[in-house]
Amino acid sequence: MNQEAKMPGRILAVTSGKGGVGKTFVSANLAAALARRGERVLVLDADLGLANLDVVLNLFPKITLHDVFTGKVPLEQAILPAPGGFSVLLAGSGMVEYSRLTPEVRDQLQTVVENVAPRYDRVLLDTGAGISDVVLYAVSLAHDVMVVATPEPTSLTDAYATIKVLATQQRRTHIQLLVNQVSRAGEGRVIRGQLQQVIDRYVSNALPEPLKLEFVGEVPTDGAVREAIQKRQLLMDCFPGCAASQALVGVAAKIAE
Amino acid sequence: MPASAAQPSLRLEAALQLLQHSGVALPPGEPMSQPWLQGLVDALCELSSRDPLTGLADSRQFELALAREVDRVARAGEPALLLVIDIDHFKAVNDTYGHAVGDQVLRAVARALSETIRPMDTVARIGGEEFALILPNCAPAFGQAVAERMRQRVERRMVPIGVDNQQALRVTVSVGGAFAPQWVRSSAALWIERADIQLYRAKNEGRNRACLEQPPVSDVSAEEKGLLFGTSQFQDLQ
Repeated sequence: MNQEAKMPGRILAVTSGKGGVGKTFVSANLAAALARRGERVLVLDADLGLANLDVVLNLFPKITLHDVFTGKVPLEQAILPAPGGFSVLLAGSGMVEYSRLTPEVRDQLQTVVENVAPRYDRVLLDTGAGISDVVLYAVSLAHDVMVVATPEPTSLTDAYATIKVLATQQRRTHIQLLVNQVSRAGEGRVIRGQLQQVIDRYVSNALPEPLKLEFVGEVPTDGAVREAIQKRQLLMDCFPGCAASQALVGVAAKIAE
Repeated sequence: MPASAAQPSLRLEAALQLLQHSGVALPPGEPMSQPWLQGLVDALCELSSRDPLTGLADSRQFELALAREVDRVARAGEPALLLVIDIDHFKAVNDTYGHAVGDQVLRAVARALSETIRPMDTVARIGGEEFALILPNCAPAFGQAVAERMRQRVERRMVPIGVDNQQALRVTVSVGGAFAPQWVRSSAALWIERADIQLYRAKNEGRNRACLEQPPVSDVSAEEKGLLFGTSQFQDLQ
């Protein structure tokens, strides 16, 4: 359609204030949904400390980002096809030393991201949670940022803390919000409203431009999600018709707009 | 293989002697029965993981506990605090009063530290005059207070020395601490390094003090939380 009109290599960071809110689940299934729309998508496991994209996708990578960082293999060899029609660059689990942001990690991550971005329509950075320097740096490499939160109070407080830091430190004026595990329809929008209200009052007044939190969708709590995760399969593949799958298709459409 | 088949070839005198000598109770039950042998193995394991001088966990046990905690914290996101504690001017104690007194000081500090911890905490002697504590599920807001309590407990302790305990010695400790980064897979080595940096800071700032690494601040005020959760719109959904 208007694919030609778009700039390739749009980088989207998927992050969260708190761990365990389904960040990697969202990244993987969103990538599959975007791939179905015809986009060339790469998911980069930027959660260097706690990589689990390979677990979610049931991949057993022999070559990981670690080998690229250490110069053992060229970047091309580390890019793997994932079920769901997109590509992945996995961090593997031997990367504990990258849980601290050293100038080397900084340079290596930046080089990899800059190298892969032009080859894809969209690159998703599945980052770690929280506001550690590694996470903030990974997010800083992205054009767009999506915060994943659940309605649970700790998750919302941490999501707010992350949004606040991104607005003040990175001068973000636009942040996407996805609310995962909602128990009733409409909950996500209400949560966005709540967050926006606090942002308007306590964050935007200190910024040159007000911060707009864009609601990109809500994913309902769905037994199929648990089942797909246990099977280590993409939800989009094993239960394409379920409510959570359809919600993610909707999120992909909204992002691709 | 049933336990009875192994009986004739088992020589346990040395093991039993070792336990007796170390003041560890012998396992209950019928000697050479399977529960008795299990008890014997458990007692030996327990003994081998203890520092003989202070009775605290030894450095191997400490490393195991630390690795376990790193794994847990990475995914559960629970805050956990690591403290490294070093006795100030310990060499001077040894040089002035001799090694026997040095040992008394080590035992007294170990006792003081053991008295301030909770059952799930690990306290270990990891080097000559260096101790370490792992405090799982310790809220960041309490970190400084916990470390300070350790320091004070040692400072207030009079260590009786001399043949008939007529003299008393007072020692102080420097404490360095770091919280495990939440939601991040770190390594035990990195965690120790971060706590050690704080210990050096405490030493450099004049000793007898506790320094903790400052975690990244996400200052969400009470008013912000109030506005986030306080309005009726949100409560309707609860």
